Formats: sequence, C-alpha cells, structure tokens
Amino acid sequence: MNAAVAEVRDTKASSGTSQPLVQIRGLSKTYIRGKQKLEVLHHIDLDIARGDFFALMGPSGSGKTTLLNLIGGLDSPTDGSLAVDGKRIDKMGEGQLARWRAGNVGFVFQFYNLMPALSAQKNVELPLLLTKLSGAKRRKNAAIALQLVGLADRASHKPGELSGGQQQRVAIARAIVSDPTLLVCDEPTGDLDRQSAEEVLTLLQRLNREHGKTIVMVTHDPKAAEYASHTLHLDKGTLVEHQGARGE
Amino acid sequence: MKYFHLVWAALMRHKTRTLFTMLSVLAAFLLFGMLDSVRTAFADAGHSVSGASQLLTMSKLGLGQQLPLSLQSRIETVPGVTAVAYVNWFGGIYQDPKNFFPNEAVSENYFSVQDAVVLPPDQVRKFQSTRDGAVVGAALARKFGWKIGDQIPLQATIWPQKNGSNAWTFTLVGIFTARHASEKGIENAMFFRWKYFDEARQFGNGNVGWYQERIANPDQASRVISAIDAISANSDHETKTETANAFTASFISQFANIGLIVAGIMAAVFFTLILLTGNTMAQAVRERVPELAVLKTIGFSNRSVLGLVLTESVLLVVIGGVIGMLLSMVVVGGVKAALGQTLPMADVGGSIWGLAIVLMVIIGLVVGVLPALHGMRLKIVDALAGR
Ligand SMILES: Nc1ncnc2c1ncn2[C@@H]1O[C@H](COP(=O)(O)OP(=O)(O)O)[C@@H](O)[C@H]1O
Ligand SMILES: [Mg+2]
Repeated sequence: MNAAVAEVRDTKASSGTSQPLVQIRGLSKTYIRGKQKLEVLHHIDLDIARGDFFALMGPSGSGKTTLLNLIGGLDSPTDGSLAVDGKRIDKMGEGQLARWRAGNVGFVFQFYNLMPALSAQKNVELPLLLTKLSGAKRRKNAAIALQLVGLADRASHKPGELSGGQQQRVAIARAIVSDPTLLVCDEPTGDLDRQSAEEVLTLLQRLNREHGKTIVMVTHDPKAAEYASHTLHLDKGTLVEHQGARGE
Repeated sequence: MKYFHLVWAALMRHKTRTLFTMLSVLAAFLLFGMLDSVRTAFADAGHSVSGASQLLTMSKLGLGQQLPLSLQSRIETVPGVTAVAYVNWFGGIYQDPKNFFPNEAVSENYFSVQDAVVLPPDQVRKFQSTRDGAVVGAALARKFGWKIGDQIPLQATIWPQKNGSNAWTFTLVGIFTARHASEKGIENAMFFRWKYFDEARQFGNGNVGWYQERIANPDQASRVISAIDAISANSDHETKTETANAFTASFISQFANIGLIVAGIMAAVFFTLILLTGNTMAQAVRERVPELAVLKTIGFSNRSVLGLVLTESVLLVVIGGVIGMLLSMVVVGGVKAALGQTLPMADVGGSIWGLAIVLMVIIGLVVGVLPALHGMRLKIVDALAGR
C-alpha cells in the first residue's frame, strides 16, 4: 500500500472523547463509465478530529470533491470503511443517508447553490422543513442563523439581489441552521473576490472556534488553507502529508 | 403543506412560461366544459321527465315519419293533458340558405301550448283568422327588418305546392318575444298556419310531423307519456313521447353522434395538451436539476422530490383547468340564453366538474411523471458537478 496515513489530532477539541469524528480506513472510489473503470481514490486512511478545521488541497482532478462527497454522505465508497461520529455511513442505503445528512452535515458549495426563487430567509429555512419544528420556530431559527452570518437585514432578499459573498454567507447560514456537527465545504471561496473570501473564511473560522463545528474544506487557494488548523494534500487519489499542517 | 411554497416558487420561476402553459390548459378545459355540457344534455335527455310541463310526441320510427291528424283528439282524452298542438317542420329558405332559421307549420292553438313565447292576444287572434298568416320572433324581425303586414317569401326544400312550385308566401301578422331571457333563441323562429300549409302542399296531407302537449301536472309526466304512447301501441304509427328537452336532443341526434364527436374532439385536445404541458414540465425540471440536487443534498428523500414535481405539474393543470371551467360556466350560461332550445346544453354542474377535476389530476400526473422520475433519480454528485 502506498497510501499515506494521515493521523490528524486536534488537542484542544479531543478532550471530551478520544474518538475522531471522521474515521476513514482503506477507502477507495472507482467510477465506471461505460467500459471504462476509473479509480479516483486509492485506499485512503484518514482521521479528522472533533472540532478540527481541516483543509484538503491538491491539483484539479485529484479527487478532492470525490472524497468530500463521500465524507458528507452524498455518495458511497467502492471499498473501505467510513465512520462519522461512530456511524458507518458507508453501509447506509440512499434513504438512510439522506436522513443522516439532514441531521448531521451542512454543505457549502463553490457556487452557493441557493434557490433563486426563494428569499434568503426561506433558503435558510429549507433544511428545517425536514424537522418537526413549527413554522414559527423555523422562522426564528433561520433568523438566528442569518444573524450569525451578519445578514439579518437581508432576510427578504432573493439570491439575485445579493453579492457573491453575501450569497455564500446565506449558504453557510443554511448549512448551520439545523446545527450539524460537521460542515463540508467544497471550494467555498473559489468564486469570490479576495475581500469576500476573507469574510467567508473568517466566518468559517468563527463557526469552528466559537461554535465547535468540525469543518472539512476543499480549496485550491493556499491563503484559504491558512485559516484551517490542518491541511492535507491529495494527489492522484492518494493523500500526502504536507508541511502545510500548522499547529497552534 | 409546508412544502407548498417550494412548489409555488418553482411555478413562479418562469412566470411567462407558466402563464402561457396555464392559458393552454385553460383553453382546453373551457372547451371541455362547453362540449361536456352538450354531451351531458344529450345523455340526460329523456332520463329526467319530471318537472316538464310540455311533451312532444313523434313517430317511433323517427321524425322523418308523419303521424295522422286523427291522433289529436285521442291524445286530448288522456287524463292530465290540457292541450294538444301539432307541427310540421317546413325547412324553408329565405332568399339564401345561409339565412337559416327554424320555420314550422303549426296548429291554431299552438300558442296555448308553447309557453316559451309571448304573443299579444290580438295577434294570436289575427294569426288564427288569416289564411296565410305567420308570426316571427322579435330577433328575426329585427334581422330582416320585417314589419307586420309584410309578405314573406320562403323557398321550400321539402314541401312543394300542389302546382309543383317551391315558392311560398306568408303574411306577417304578429311578432313574439321569448318569455324567459334564457330562451332568447326562440326569437329566431317563424311559425305559420298549418291549415294553409296542409291545403297547399303536394303530398302528405292530413299528417303532422309531431304533436306538442301541455300537461296539468309536471309530476305526472311519466304517467302521461305512457298513456299517450299506449294509444298507438301496435298500430302502424306507434309513437314516442318525450319532454321538450329530450325531443331537441333526439332531433339533433338524427344528424350526429354527439357523444362520439365530443369524445373525439376532447381526445385530440387533451393529447395536444399533454404533449405541450409535458414538454414545459420536462424543461422546467431540466433547468432546476442543480436545485433539486441541493434539496437532496440537504436531506430531502427521493420520494419528496417526486412529490414536489408531481404536485407542481398537477397544480399547473388544476389552476388553468379550474379557471377554464369557471369560464365555461359563464359561456354556457350565455350560449343557453342566446340559443334557447336550439341546442340543448346542461348547466356546468357537479358531474361535469367532477369529471373535469379527475381529468385535471390525471393529466397533471401524466405530464409530471417523467420529469418527476428524472428528478427523483438524479445522482446528487453528478448533478452538482453539472454532469
Ligand atoms: N461521477 C463521476 N463519473 C466519472 N468520473 C468522475 C465522476 N466524478 C469524478 N470523476 C472523475 O474523478 C476525478 C476526480 O474528480 P474530483 O473529485 O471532482 O476532483 P477535484 O475535486 O479534485 O478536482 C476526475 O478525473 C473526474 O473526472
Ligand atoms: Mg472539485
């Protein structure tokens, strides 16, 4: 096995429990397109500690998105095991995964992926529709989340009426509104100017430090990775340990 | 329905497209409401006899067969019958075939049986005493500028005179109006004296096209109908007595199978509608693939996505359909007022609405099912990556 083993521990957050939040062993992912078989991830071993802000870097096509989607339960691995908070999500079926995602993961994408026809408030309320919360409670929680990302005054705006940075912050509010343990972000600043990117990264950092969210972020940008507490590189589907990991 | 705003937002995403799709649904159901009102009227005709104060008796073999004049006095003896008039369809043409209007030869007591028209008593007397006297509806008189005293020439299509000529002339002695606004159509008719017609016609003398009876108690209509038809049972001129509505229906049914025509038209209309709306829905869902992928990412189940898209397509059809049906109620009301008895139309009521709602839901589901399955089967990772 030439797979790099990356053991990443966050000393301050792991005090409560020693078990990592994300535990990946021998994870492989192969895509089959027609007759072609493409192994995108090769036998990955990786632990991500509870409370970590983890950055995943690497060249385009190296499999970052694929790995992130597996961690977020959007897809299932071809081989290996994947546990989040002690739950083997690699063993879950489609419906089970959907329910699991609703309660445990928040997603942030490069292009925000908001519903264009809904206001910021309604976008943020979306995940709460899957809960048993009353309408009033849903509105209240969404308002709190919008406040947290500094957009309380934009609640009634449609995405088209907001800047890219603001849209991404709405997306972050949507990701945290149901209070998931894990935030999964795929190039969250990839489409933003420097200033907006810094705002978004500062916000993610704050969510990590003050609200204890464990964050896994894919990024191209070394400057963005600096906001994370650990960084690993993916190269052609294999994790490589890197100098980028910074202690604090 | 906490998901309703999602469905609504999806419909409002392309307002113009939604509007045009709804308009085509509206048009289809407007047509449906109107045609089904006609179909229902024909289907119901004869089923509901109670409440009718007028009956019509024709030959069991159809309207083409005449009945002997001698039947009149025998029908008059049936208990419950208060008056018996008789009529022959003349089918004359005024100047040009496209001037079509109903014209009939009627007995002198016709206006005491036919209660749809109002003719001043002095004009009734004039009609009864003028050999070639005729009366016309107010609308017809206006249309051709006829005044009392005018000579009205009609070209016969069925009944030549004894000398072989098809040219008939009548003297206008009265102008009648419709008793009810809902029967305005009768103001396009012309009636003239049967006696004059019978004396002058070349053949068929002493026979009438049909009888028209007035009865004392509408609740006894079905008993009276049996009694009238019993008179001619087993004779060479067996009769079929019906209410006025049923009579009009069978009159038109001679020329066409209304149910089949309506079904044919509606099948074509709904087929087109399904193609059109189906295309719109497919396009709407294709555009929203990333959004549906996000819903699934957030944790919406496959079944929820299926439900959302199906609800959207059903709602699209139901909104357009309901508006179309409401319009059809207005239009049918208007057409009934304008045509009167000429074309039987049922009110757009419970049974037509019931059928329409069922059709709306079925069409909505048919139209939505493929796009909904497409949305449901989306692979999140592919959809997010735009694959
Ligand atoms: N669903 C898929 N089907 C086929 N190939 C895929 C699929 N998803 C990703 N790939 C391929 O896997 C490789 C890694 O993709 P990805 O994880 O998106 O890379 P990155 O995010 O690092 O740019 C690429 O070559 C890509 O074309
Ligand atoms: Mg990627």
